[in-house]
Amino acid sequence: MKIQHESVNMALDPTKILNFSPALRLQWEETQKKHVILYPEGIVELNVPSTEILKLCDGEHNAEQILVELEAKFNQTGLKNDIYGFLEVAIENGWIS
Amino acid sequence: MAGSVNLTITPPRWLLAELTYSCPLQCPYCANPIDFASIKNELGTEDWLRVLTEARAMGAVQLGFSGGEPLTRQDLPVLVKHARELGYFSNLITSGYGMTEAKIVELKEAGLDHIQVSIQSPEKTLNDELAGTESFEHKKEVARLVKKHGYPMVLCVVVHRKNIHQIREILEMATELGADYLEVANTQYYGWAHLNRDQLLPTKEQFEEAEAIAQAYKEKVKGKMKIYYVIPDFYEDRPKACMNGWGTTFLTIAPDGTALPCHSARELPGLVCPNVKDMSIYDIWHHSEAFNHFRGDEWMKEPCRSCPEKTKDFGGCHCQAYLLTGDMHNTDPACSLSPDRERVYEAIFKARNDSESGNVKPLVFRNPKNSKMLA
Ligand code: SF4
Ligand code: SF4
Repeated sequence: MKIQHESVNMALDPTKILNFSPALRLQWEETQKKHVILYPEGIVELNVPSTEILKLCDGEHNAEQILVELEAKFNQTGLKNDIYGFLEVAIENGWIS
Repeated sequence: MAGSVNLTITPPRWLLAELTYSCPLQCPYCANPIDFASIKNELGTEDWLRVLTEARAMGAVQLGFSGGEPLTRQDLPVLVKHARELGYFSNLITSGYGMTEAKIVELKEAGLDHIQVSIQSPEKTLNDELAGTESFEHKKEVARLVKKHGYPMVLCVVVHRKNIHQIREILEMATELGADYLEVANTQYYGWAHLNRDQLLPTKEQFEEAEAIAQAYKEKVKGKMKIYYVIPDFYEDRPKACMNGWGTTFLTIAPDGTALPCHSARELPGLVCPNVKDMSIYDIWHHSEAFNHFRGDEWMKEPCRSCPEKTKDFGGCHCQAYLLTGDMHNTDPACSLSPDRERVYEAIFKARNDSESGNVKPLVFRNPKNSKMLA
């Protein structure tokens, strides 16, 4: 478990500006009342926090800034593990880079 | 109690628009119906625009333009543009034949999201032989151009006994062409593939070896190329959950406007499929006999009816049940619990016989002449 965690952590450089992949699309689906990621042959449904994180992968924010911004927005602290964890998953899936 | 299959009608999510049955290629595993040449009256542009609008309003978001060869439709850019405005994520499923750089650019500007190019084999002679047309170099060129113009590139290779030994070369070709996604699709035995099954079905050993190579390669290219490996179910114990459940997710519209719950459903005698010229997409999805026919589990016979796995695979594929047993309501013989399991062994046996006999049956190519002769 521990090893896996460390190796995953290495994938995220918190100072690197993040971009949502130009080959995919993030959009609101009215019939489902949800945001989704669309990619060749697939659909991923997103919850509200994941959507908020991905929207900030806009070529202007890095992981540290996303964290600061969302903690302020939701008036909450201690979100680092959740947010960084999700960003790692997003990088692994090729949604952002 | 074996539980029951949910009867709530969910909205369609994937729309497959089969724009035409015409195709310059002649692949002997084509999923189009055998009698395609006698199906006339292609839908016009206005009808297609309406179909796209109505399906989108119901919730469809993934869209495939296929055929036949969709590039033979002159109104393709108009349809692509409309699809983009409606918010679809659209995919062009093409053989690459007839594609030019100008067209790739035009479609991109119209809003096409990705292009899936199919190649028959990584080797020129076999590719051209299977396609029934000289097309290999051009296909590779199209794949490169797709990449060049910033589309995610999806490469598709249909696998069967004539090319399964080339699996390594197939994977390497995908890497060389810079594919973002590779679909290695073992042939599914409907339509023309059913007709050519003795000549196409690989042996179990061939299949297992190819699968092991593909899985190992998948690990190797993780993060660079995504590989979808579609298994054939003849060598499995359980059938595929066909279409993710009948009338739950997928909607196919055939070139003449016939609405199908699965792209092979046209082959099912007794299933009356509605046409978009007579009914709205909403009514087709909710009220037509064809779309309701296999919803839920009322239609099931034993062993499916009292099987705890029916909520997982819905009894398998009805087209396969029909093609192998003559009754679409039977359990798919790809399931080891099916009383007709023998049919699968027979198919495997006949295919092996064909490959081992000194006198292999010739492939029947998918072209209008053969279609008219066989229909
Ligand atoms: S499978 Fe081959 S013959 Fe059939 S439509 Fe596709 S490219 Fe044409
Ligand atoms: S009998 Fe086989 S096909 Fe039918 S529900 Fe059970 S596992 Fe699925």
